[in-house]
Amino acid sequence: MKPAAFDYACPDNVGEALTILAERGAGARICAGGQSLGAMMNLRLMSPEVLIDIAGLDELKSIAMTGGAIEVGAAVTQAELLAWPDLAKTQPLLAWMLPWVGHYQTRQRGTICGSLAHGDPSSELPLALAVLEGEVLLASRRGRRVVAAKDFQLGMMATDIADDEMVVAARFPTAQVGAVSAFHEIAQRHGDFAIVAVAAVGNRNSVRLGVGGVADSPGVIELKWPVNNDQLNDFAWSLGGADDQHATARYRRELVRRIGRRVVDEVRDALS
Amino acid sequence: MRYLEAGKRHAVRFTLNGELVEGEAEPRLLLSDFLRQTLGAYGTHVGCEHGSCGACTIRVDGKAVRACLLYAVQMQDRAVTTVEGLAAPDGLNALQAALQKHHGLQCGFCTPGILMSLEQLLEEEPGADEARIRDVLSGHICRCTGYHGIVQAAVEVFGEVFGKR
Amino acid sequence: MWRTGKVNKTNNNAWIGRSIARLEDPALLRGGARFADDLATPANVCHAAFMRSPIAHGEIVALDTAAARAMPGVVAIITGAEMLAHSAPFITGVKVAAPQYALATDRVRYVGEPVAMVLAHDRYRAEDALEAINVEYAPLTPVLDAMAALEGLVLHPDTNSNVLHERYFSYGDPEGVFAAAAHVVAGTYHYPRNSCTPLECFCVIADYDPGEDAFEVTANFQGPYTLHTVMSRSLKVPGNRLRLKTPPASGGSYGVKQAVFPYVVALGVAAKIAGRPVKWLEDRFEHLTAATSATNRVTTLRAALDKEGRVLALDWDQLEDCGAYLRAPEPATLYRMHGNMTGAYAIENLAIHNRVVVTNKTPTGLMRGFGGPQIYFPLERLLDKAAAELGLDPLALRRRNLVPSGAMPYRTAPGALLDSGDYTTSLDRAVADGGLDDLLSRRDAARAEGRLYGIGYSVVVEPSISNMGYITTLLSPEQRDRAGAKNGALATATVGFDPSGAISVAVSSVPQGQGHRTVLAQVVADVFAITPKDVSVMTEHDTAKDPWSIASGNYASRFAGAVAGATHRAAISLRDRLTLIAAADLNVPPDEVAYGAGRIFAQHNPDNALPLGRLAAKAHWSPLSIPDGAGVGLRETAFWNMAELTEPDEGDRINSSGAYGFIFDFCGVEIDPDTFAVRVDRYVTMHDAGRLLNPMLADGQIRGGFAHGLGAALLEELSYAPDGGFQAGTLADYLAPTVMEIAELTILHDQTPSPFTPLGAKGLGEGNAMSTPVCIANAVSDALGREITALPLTRSNLAELMLEAEPPGKAKVFHGHALEGRGSTAVPASPEEVWAILLDDNRLAAVIPGCHDLVKSGDNSYRADVTLGVGPIKGRFAAKVALQDLDPPQSLRLVGSATGPLGRSEGEGHISLHPTREGTQVDYAYTVRISGKVAAVGGRMMDGAVRALINLFFKRLVSQTGVREERFDPSFWERLLALLGVNR
Repeated sequence: MKPAAFDYACPDNVGEALTILAERGAGARICAGGQSLGAMMNLRLMSPEVLIDIAGLDELKSIAMTGGAIEVGAAVTQAELLAWPDLAKTQPLLAWMLPWVGHYQTRQRGTICGSLAHGDPSSELPLALAVLEGEVLLASRRGRRVVAAKDFQLGMMATDIADDEMVVAARFPTAQVGAVSAFHEIAQRHGDFAIVAVAAVGNRNSVRLGVGGVADSPGVIELKWPVNNDQLNDFAWSLGGADDQHATARYRRELVRRIGRRVVDEVRDALS
Repeated sequence: MRYLEAGKRHAVRFTLNGELVEGEAEPRLLLSDFLRQTLGAYGTHVGCEHGSCGACTIRVDGKAVRACLLYAVQMQDRAVTTVEGLAAPDGLNALQAALQKHHGLQCGFCTPGILMSLEQLLEEEPGADEARIRDVLSGHICRCTGYHGIVQAAVEVFGEVFGKR
Repeated sequence: MWRTGKVNKTNNNAWIGRSIARLEDPALLRGGARFADDLATPANVCHAAFMRSPIAHGEIVALDTAAARAMPGVVAIITGAEMLAHSAPFITGVKVAAPQYALATDRVRYVGEPVAMVLAHDRYRAEDALEAINVEYAPLTPVLDAMAALEGLVLHPDTNSNVLHERYFSYGDPEGVFAAAAHVVAGTYHYPRNSCTPLECFCVIADYDPGEDAFEVTANFQGPYTLHTVMSRSLKVPGNRLRLKTPPASGGSYGVKQAVFPYVVALGVAAKIAGRPVKWLEDRFEHLTAATSATNRVTTLRAALDKEGRVLALDWDQLEDCGAYLRAPEPATLYRMHGNMTGAYAIENLAIHNRVVVTNKTPTGLMRGFGGPQIYFPLERLLDKAAAELGLDPLALRRRNLVPSGAMPYRTAPGALLDSGDYTTSLDRAVADGGLDDLLSRRDAARAEGRLYGIGYSVVVEPSISNMGYITTLLSPEQRDRAGAKNGALATATVGFDPSGAISVAVSSVPQGQGHRTVLAQVVADVFAITPKDVSVMTEHDTAKDPWSIASGNYASRFAGAVAGATHRAAISLRDRLTLIAAADLNVPPDEVAYGAGRIFAQHNPDNALPLGRLAAKAHWSPLSIPDGAGVGLRETAFWNMAELTEPDEGDRINSSGAYGFIFDFCGVEIDPDTFAVRVDRYVTMHDAGRLLNPMLADGQIRGGFAHGLGAALLEELSYAPDGGFQAGTLADYLAPTVMEIAELTILHDQTPSPFTPLGAKGLGEGNAMSTPVCIANAVSDALGREITALPLTRSNLAELMLEAEPPGKAKVFHGHALEGRGSTAVPASPEEVWAILLDDNRLAAVIPGCHDLVKSGDNSYRADVTLGVGPIKGRFAAKVALQDLDPPQSLRLVGSATGPLGRSEGEGHISLHPTREGTQVDYAYTVRISGKVAAVGGRMMDGAVRALINLFFKRLVSQTGVREERFDPSFWERLLALLGVNR
């Protein structure tokens, strides 16, 4: 279980990273924390020609409030965001979800943006981005662009990042006044990939419900109050999902109905 | 920009348990392999090479991380701590002694990694309660002990250290 | 309760029986212990990596290693052909024409079976070369299910059935008792495949000396040393030409490291061919996929009971699945428990029907509990079922049937001699001291609140110290006569003084974390009245230099009873001789000689004393001064055997183990009604394992066995897809409990010494691997009010058991890895044009996703080099594509396969073309099967990957029509995806 050979690039700034990306395209891979990438490379599921290590780039290490969102640089680790003193009050949902991402040891190396770029549909951070309707900032030599969450993740480990692009930051909107959120995750063991993860954000008018672990990317639905079980059932079915060795598709749908109900009710109760 | 070509060996230098160490590594050489095979620091064990078991956990600049998910070349100028750096030559530190006392190890293969995680927690959160200790330990798999002695040992040491503060 | 057993003097200062801290620990805690991979290797060592089968069953049609051989750093590549030339098949206990070599020779029979071995300068380069080896397989239908194996394709062509062993046994009069019984209960139970997965994987370092035709191997092997014979025979050398050494420390085993032996042969052959030392360190993916497994077993068990709930007879039908090959010591899993197939109960009548089948799964082997969980899951489930049917309390029913107090030693119907214990008293004490009443109240309170709470019980006899003859029970008495008797359980130990007067111990056990050094130091310290830290215990073993025998090794819980006992014998012999020397020096009769505090003195004149070390040294420095009768050289090797371990008798009665501990467990579980997560609320385990040598270490063993048992009950499975693809290739897929999943455990002990072991001790490390899975299953059954017939009780499995009809939905649902789908798409070209694209080599190449190079290999059949993947995961595959059942321009079938380092896929699609006003409506249906690495570690990704590829296929088909995609209805892909059940 050893990785195939690769060139290792440790750029001094984002510009240098983008130059390599422009030159090497699909053969290049950004490595921030490498907690998913490294494992897949050891298994030789992925064998990039060049690994671009951005973990040390200071310009990607900031957590900042910008325009109603928490902007998290691409080199910010999950542990660093979790330890950010303003997190719980500006976006409690993230504060609840982050402890579910991997383990203490992997969160100290794994980054927020790396998890988004990896695009595993059972991970918590893509779900958080989707249900909060966040954005991802992409950069290439061609320029920068902002992609909304719903347009960012295209499928199983597939994102809208072009071959010459990299994620430079992610934006998680801060909690609106009067908004309430809730989160539950069902995994086989503590720290495992979710069988089903359900997150919700609601206000007086509606609730936005997101589900990870079922479809190829997080599924999100916006529901007006009151939310009935038929709506949750339709949502559960609409996500598709398949049997795997950990859970049947049917069990996953049942969890979407039941945990979805629990999460929606928690939001409703907190609002009243 | 530091750019290291595949297939060639490159000089790597960092501090290991406070001492400067040097060696050569291809970019793909895992840190776990570099520590063990190049530097002869066999205390760090390899159990899965995909970040799941925790046996290879070491500390880089104080943070407990998986050595199997890092490359040796990434350690340039960093400070790495491994199990060999924990105790004075003639003894055991508090966590080590407590693990022995509470039979928190059997085959001992997972133990160095567990020690490195608990060491960081003890430094940063000496007031950690049992739930927090368990949360941190959940990043390690032990197949021998059923975890009982490990938790007991940690709870005892955290209680003592916190009590003294 | 404390009884001293065979040790004559009760010594309050004895080290035995005390929970002293382990001597092993400081080195382990400081990172200074030496495991196999830490040992120095010669500078010219090369490193091995294995090419493994991605499919469950198939012929190897072609194996091309030329490109790999030419790669930098590659020393040699070894295939089945070399194994055929340089090794013999592994010998097995059952003589069948199903040969196994260390590498597949013509056919592969399980995912992960080694097919070729690369030797290179380092492991990285060895793995690089694996990717350049091309193997072409002709797949055969895999046989996965044990029941299906009875009728399925025969795995080994020289046999006529997948049933490689079958025997009937009858003890007492089971037929008569069943015919007359007041009640008969029956159930069929499935025990799954699982593994104890030690944290350290296998490691082998092999060298070969052509001058001596001798192999020298270091491996983290654990025994049984019966396998030394298997290895040397396979390497075609006598036993004295295979020197097998074990490292000082081993990172866990729980039986598993028995299965390193095929690799000892593989590496031995490799070293011989390469002419230099060779090292292999198994990686976790290899370990989970292909190392070994517990047997999965289908058991139909019937019990005949009287009206009071006394079990009068049992009728076992056991179908054992040993995987693709019957690899030694299998089918031992099926026979280890043979003598105690009546559990802890006095049941006089017993029928057993045993069958062993081979299937396309990893070969099985030793595993903590070995054979125990497979019998106690059915037995203890069935007793719950019997209690329910008879309206009895399940605990009362068990208690009524226990081997009665005072009956020890008790001969069971199938021949076990239960050595000691008072089962009823131990059970009653556990009920009282373990707080069963409180637990019952807890259940009442929980149920009153509508919560799902249940209580389970299990009663188990835990055998230890295997009889080397038990496996011969599978032979008929006539066959046994011809083969010659096998019996006993020889243990050896050596204790000696060196010239400095210091004492050392060496044993033929190979500890993997149990603390043998500490316990042996305690044993020897008591004999000489010194302290354990004065005793040096060697745990490396070297077959060339250390005494050993076939029963040697660290398995069958034989340490406390046999190995510590043999050590005690050796130490006593040595002391007897030292006593003679001392008597001469002290000028007192030998029975006046006493030991204490590192001195030897005259019992009635303690001032007449000499340091023990000085006297011991004298034997080296002044042998002529040693009195007659004290011998020469202070070193004693004891061989200890147990007279009770006789071979099976003519009635097939076998005392399969030397000692039998007693375990009674009960637990309370609560189940989340929404998620079906099982939480073990309380768990109490009562053990009577005879005399405890170090209670702290004993409890450590119990906790470890409990963790394995809990994992087996709730989480762990080495699962296979229906097509034979292995699904649990990482520790994120094979779910060992973490500290969050484990439950608190209350441990209770009784200590009734075994009359048959030197120290009165029995094994106890495996018991909870036997008792815990069924105890939790019984509690879950009690909580849910449902019969439980299979493990593990994952949330999803329980949900499938409990959920009622599901509210309907619209979306198409896929199942497992046998990916299926159908769909329809519009193409803006006539059916004739579409047909022409599909039948044109160049244009077909442009349609097949990732196709680099398409070469016609026959009529409408092609070979291609393709790159396929999901997201960033991509790999190169050698693909074969054929167009069949051509009905131009209306329909055809597209059949293909792709093989590469990431695995193998096979699929077929039926395509039909229907003319429409805009062009053609293409209807299609497909099935895809995926196995190998990508299925083993990325099961979650498969559906998405297949759908993405089909998506791409049609996208390219459309582009081949020359129509620009923009002309299409923008919602077209959305509709296609919706049809395929994909929602974005």
